[in-house]
Amino acid sequence: MNLLVRLGAWSLGSMQRLGRGSLFLLAVLWRLPGALVQFRLLLGQLYSVGVLTVQIIVVSALSVGMVLGLQGYNTLVDFNAEASLGQVVALSLVRELGPVLTALLFAGRAGSALTAEIGLMKVTEQISAMEMMAVDPLRRVVAPRFLAGVLSMPLLAALFSAVGVFGGYLAGVGLLGVDGGAYWSQMQAKVDFYGDVMNGVVKSVVFGWVATWIAVFEGYDAPPTNEGVSRATTRTVVHTAFAVLALDFVLTAIMFGN
Amino acid sequence: MDADDLVILEGVRFSHGPRRILDGIDIRIRRGSVTTIMGPSGTGKTTLLRLIGGQLRPQSGRVVVDGEEVPRLPRRRLFELRKRMGMMFQSGALFNDLNVFENVAFPLREHTALPESMIRDLVLMKLHAVGLRGARDLMPSELSGGMARRVALARAIALDPMMIMYDEPFTGQDPITVGVIMQLIRHLNDALGLTSIIVSHDVAEVSAISDRLYVISQGKVLDHGTPQDLERSPSAWVQQFLHGRPDGPIPFHYPAPDYAEDLLGPDAT
Repeated sequence: MNLLVRLGAWSLGSMQRLGRGSLFLLAVLWRLPGALVQFRLLLGQLYSVGVLTVQIIVVSALSVGMVLGLQGYNTLVDFNAEASLGQVVALSLVRELGPVLTALLFAGRAGSALTAEIGLMKVTEQISAMEMMAVDPLRRVVAPRFLAGVLSMPLLAALFSAVGVFGGYLAGVGLLGVDGGAYWSQMQAKVDFYGDVMNGVVKSVVFGWVATWIAVFEGYDAPPTNEGVSRATTRTVVHTAFAVLALDFVLTAIMFGN
Repeated sequence: MDADDLVILEGVRFSHGPRRILDGIDIRIRRGSVTTIMGPSGTGKTTLLRLIGGQLRPQSGRVVVDGEEVPRLPRRRLFELRKRMGMMFQSGALFNDLNVFENVAFPLREHTALPESMIRDLVLMKLHAVGLRGARDLMPSELSGGMARRVALARAIALDPMMIMYDEPFTGQDPITVGVIMQLIRHLNDALGLTSIIVSHDVAEVSAISDRLYVISQGKVLDHGTPQDLERSPSAWVQQFLHGRPDGPIPFHYPAPDYAEDLLGPDAT
């Protein structure tokens, strides 16, 4: 019985939060044109959300690509199909690993920073001070950060896939002796621009919206205490991971489910 | 309504969830005066400032600032009104990604289209008024607590407001800083023709610079008047508060069951 009550309270709480979050998203979207006009603010956020995330993306993509190359080779070589390695590596990356891993890394690097930054601005009354100076914090603080996240994610995901493909080349062609020409030509022949690459881009756009939305909402909604901000930061990473993995399944089912 | 009153609170009630914070508050603040609202911690003093600034709405009662009913104002009009209000937060609330100069310039850049040279002159004038013209290039993290509050004060007066609100301006400052802030509050009020509202529990400091004092506790105004009036207040509570006596109407002990019973257990009786 007690469990049932707790489950009910939990679902009501989650629904309420989802509602608050959706209203918040609408309020931010309404201010996005304004964020485009404040070009210097947007540039600053593109740097801290996007550019500063490039390092972890490149390093992770390189190692993921190399592992894909090694593992893919081990399986393919049994069927004398190691020439298809380029196709395996590229399809795994552009369809799945690129968008999903980028979103998870993005949540850890940029999302948590966004939440903590906005949350701390609340703790130190900076948001309040802005309101009292008749400046809308959603326009001045949240909208540029949201826009920067939404613009950065697809670019970071594309970078992830590109570097990953190169990593696969290093491992497969460089270490294991797969033919370089076959690696690239198989990839070129079997990876469809619309069916594979563009679907991956769509995924990364969706994940970018969700990850940035969660990050800025958690920060803005955090209780203005040290504990509140630390919990919100954790929630950003955990919720983004859940949301991205669940959405990935849904999107994959729609795109590749036939 | 008296035209001399810039801020009027009438029968203001405000609850946060089940907890009633303000229970029928009446306060009038004269134009040009320095008025202090005093009371123990956690009695809703900061809430009062947020009600005046329109960040919170009362459940009942009126909040009037310069003839406008704050809780009923649409957002755009509220923002127009706020441009004529300054507020100094307890922590200073400086934007920590901007240096001192840019912090003071922030409201000017947001709300005016002044040329850069004029913004520079205005910012330097405001910083000079608080004695920190030389600190313009420092970042907020490099400022002491007292300096941060003075920068916040310069930022609050950047748009030449009609009134300014101070949230606990003296808390946690050394005696020299307290003296500097006291003098600034009084001096800026008289020189710029401001109306100042201070929320504080530092009795000696505010008595020295305020024209009128309000003492609130448990959501009600207990007494008000000039500092001399309050000195002679018949309320035992006000006397306890002003003189900082440890026991009185506010008991030393938090409500608890009988001491002997608590120690010996219910079986002992």
